[in-house]
Amino acid sequence: MHEEKLIYKIRDNFFPVAGLLATVVSLGVLFVLIIDVFKDGYMRLNLQFLTSYPSRIPEKAGILSAWVGTVWIMVLTAFLIFPIGVASGIYLEEYAKPGKIKDFLEINISNLAGVPSIIYGLLGLQIFVYFFKMDRSVLAGALTLSLVVLPIVIVATREALKAVPLSLREASFALGANKLQTVVFQVLPSAFSGILSGVILAMSRAIGETAPLITIGALTYIAFLPTSPFTSEFPFITFQGLKDYFTVLPIQIFNWVSRPQKAFHSNAAAGIIILLVISLFINFLAIYLRIKFEKYMRRR
Amino acid sequence: MKINKNKIIEKISEGALFISASLSIFVTIGIILVLLFETIEFFKEVPIIKFLTEKQWTPLFEDKHFGILPLLNATILTSLIAMVVAISFGLTIAVYISEYIKPEQRMIIKPIMEILAVVPTVVYGYFALLFVTPLLRKIFPDISTFNALSPGIVMGFMIIPIIATLSDDAMQAVPKWLREGGYALGANKFQVTTGVVIPSALSGIMASFILGVSRAIGETMIVTIAAGQMPNLTFNVLEPMETITAYIVQVSLGDTPAGTLEFKTIFAAGMTLFILTFILNIISYFLKNKYRERYR
Repeated sequence: MHEEKLIYKIRDNFFPVAGLLATVVSLGVLFVLIIDVFKDGYMRLNLQFLTSYPSRIPEKAGILSAWVGTVWIMVLTAFLIFPIGVASGIYLEEYAKPGKIKDFLEINISNLAGVPSIIYGLLGLQIFVYFFKMDRSVLAGALTLSLVVLPIVIVATREALKAVPLSLREASFALGANKLQTVVFQVLPSAFSGILSGVILAMSRAIGETAPLITIGALTYIAFLPTSPFTSEFPFITFQGLKDYFTVLPIQIFNWVSRPQKAFHSNAAAGIIILLVISLFINFLAIYLRIKFEKYMRRR
Repeated sequence: MKINKNKIIEKISEGALFISASLSIFVTIGIILVLLFETIEFFKEVPIIKFLTEKQWTPLFEDKHFGILPLLNATILTSLIAMVVAISFGLTIAVYISEYIKPEQRMIIKPIMEILAVVPTVVYGYFALLFVTPLLRKIFPDISTFNALSPGIVMGFMIIPIIATLSDDAMQAVPKWLREGGYALGANKFQVTTGVVIPSALSGIMASFILGVSRAIGETMIVTIAAGQMPNLTFNVLEPMETITAYIVQVSLGDTPAGTLEFKTIFAAGMTLFILTFILNIISYFLKNKYRERYR
């Protein structure tokens, strides 16, 4: 009798105790990771680290070509995924009629979201690098990464559009607007912060992607920058940089981690601090926008 | 007949939207064709039986063998370790945040949990190689610098949010009256949770597990950095081994010219990976739809 009571007590407290423990341990691991990286890398964080090219001498090496490459790839990826992802989301949510074609498109996107990113690297290698002869350029890298994160944007766009109440669309139709006008002037503005949150979330995923870019052949040692897009002569802008070779921050980190010397590991840790700060910031921005969007939708 | 300008614009815009949406189909077709083309070329030189049954994978050595088993074994072993961690933590957390804490607390814990999935995988690789492996050495003194255990565990933590979030969603979708029915019959919280909520949400929970496995199989940087680049057919998780993904990275880092047999091996390896994840993703998709429809 007494033992039975004890078993009940243990059983009834299992989930509250184990759940709290599991949550604390998981977040603890995250905390330990951040502390470990910071401890290893903080002394390498200085201006010289940001303004130097990689080098054989760890103390002189820096992440200039890596962060400039990351900025190039990120800006380009944003420009590519925004129109295509949002347009796909609008079609599926607002236009596509229930049926075989819609089902097929949905299964397809859900599968694409689960395809390992390294497979996109193989696709980019054959299609962009070899078939379209882009070589291991910034453009080939951005196109490949865009394909990796496109499903995220499509899904987020659909969720945001779904949250827009039907009454808004009906009111617009009642005033004589057609479908396109309703979508462009009523639905999209209401869903905008939700969509933006999805795009930013996709960017936070793209910034840390390493495997697909290594697979398309992005170099691990680059001591030059892509041609600057700004020129002093008319028309003040050039797209020459799109064709240049590049490397990105995660690849530079990978390169340093895979070396045996400890000094390079410190460089890797310093690079990680910067990468972590940027990707966490982007992620928080996405969450903030999503919460704002949800509050805004509840008020309507 | 009057031509309606608005109608034309409407049709054109719908067409443009449809083209964007169907781009995703071309991506899938592209992936399948690219993999298929090089894989067929590969099997012209290496018989498929050898690929599936030989116990050595040494395409980059003098004495070439093309058995996928060592790579597959490493992929499955590391994923298995990851899933043990991810399921035990993820499901416990899901039950806890779905059934035992206030919704407001849930709204705070969930996004923080998500950070585990946001950390770039190369960072986890660093952590596995330079922090977790040395830590494990205190328990297993003969663990190698590169091993399957450490990246497996770290990968598990990366996957916790996938399982916790999706299982929590599934349990939230279980209608309140089902729980109340349980309480009305005299069950307590534990009994309702394990006897009503979890069974009702099972298809959604399974979907999250399968999605987690699919993610573990396709994960690249953690295992490349911390499990090593040695194709090694062993069940000893303290030894170095090379996963399918790590092999693709290894070849990509070298300058392998297109058209060579070594080049084709990464597509055959990629095809194996794609088929595995494709099957898992489709199963997960249908399981997820099942619970969504049941309680709509």
